[in-house]
Amino acid sequence: MGTNKKIAVLSGKGGTGKTLVSVNLATAEANSYYVDCDVEEPNGHLYFNPQICEEKAVSVLIPKVNHELCTGCKECVNFCKFNALAFGEKVILFKEICHSCGGCALVCSVKAITETEKMVGIVNIGVSDQVKTVGGMMNTGEASGIPIIKNILEYIKDKSGYVFIDCPPGSACIVMESIKDADYCILVAEPTIFGAHNLAMVYELVRLFDKPCGVVLNKCTDGHNPSEEFCKEKSIEILVKIPFDMELGELNSNGKIAVRENYKNKELFYSLLTKVKEAVE
Amino acid sequence: MRIALPVNDKDIKSEICPSFGRTPYFLIYDTAEKSSVFLDNLAAQSAGGAGIKAAQMLVDQSVKVIIAPRYGENAAKVLIDGDIKVYKNIVGTAEENIKAYEKNQLDILADIHPGFHNHGNK
Repeated sequence: MGTNKKIAVLSGKGGTGKTLVSVNLATAEANSYYVDCDVEEPNGHLYFNPQICEEKAVSVLIPKVNHELCTGCKECVNFCKFNALAFGEKVILFKEICHSCGGCALVCSVKAITETEKMVGIVNIGVSDQVKTVGGMMNTGEASGIPIIKNILEYIKDKSGYVFIDCPPGSACIVMESIKDADYCILVAEPTIFGAHNLAMVYELVRLFDKPCGVVLNKCTDGHNPSEEFCKEKSIEILVKIPFDMELGELNSNGKIAVRENYKNKELFYSLLTKVKEAVE
Repeated sequence: MRIALPVNDKDIKSEICPSFGRTPYFLIYDTAEKSSVFLDNLAAQSAGGAGIKAAQMLVDQSVKVIIAPRYGENAAKVLIDGDIKVYKNIVGTAEENIKAYEKNQLDILADIHPGFHNHGNK
């Protein structure tokens, strides 16, 4: 581990405000990295418009079959749990289904399968004012964004300062990969029953990973907030309540970062930053 | 010759299942012996690639004809490689479809749907 502190921002569903929280925290902090791990649909760059300094390709290994050597034993087909291989008259590979486990090459007794590189996406490194940005973009149709996320997190490992990881939505493998090395997790939740249900799912995930966490209640109104009730029931710290606010919504939909603008409630993000820094120091 | 049909129940009078890859059972009918067996479709439980696995199972069963309402492009690659022809079913039971096939009343199913993998975005 480097000398940095990694703060992952996640939520059980899309559109709760992960990017809103991450870009504002990264901007409020003087020495920060904004890391967009939502490699399937990255949108942090829309706020930062970073100047890209470096772009690199990310590749994975996929099988390559030598049909001359193949005896048609189907060991590889039977081994593949993702059903990426089939055999009619010869071995058929479904590249977009392959998860690059390498198992088929291992089980082939006649060494008819070797591995070859396939590009699955890119990682880009950039800068926007004082914020250093790292993001990735998966090629359309690929099975998994995990190789790209691994590449991003490998890059960030030895960097110093605060790293804000904008996670993909949900609680599946790509989210686990994104929060694996995090020092703290911020769970963003909406004030609806659906929001509370999705909060419960990510809460279960961060508990499983034994990560300290707190909740940001976004889009709060005067009405009943099922996500807040969930936090109280489970004694989870509520870090900040962001009001349902047309002004913030408008800034956000225009790709503006609230703490860089003259937004009336921008103190909310600074107080959130202070609380999170206290939690990880 | 062996014919396969995706069916909802283990019954020759079963309706045809609308899904190829995730049908619960395949009815395998042998035209020479006039006998039928039902196979549990193990592919139905797959997280992904169910069509591929189901097609593989039918290739392994030496099936030469399939009667189904539709099938996806991944399954098609396997079926073409395995030299299996697919016919479009008519409304009715599996038994009625087999009879219709034997009287040459079924049409080749030419339109292969692009699949629901990748959430239909492909």
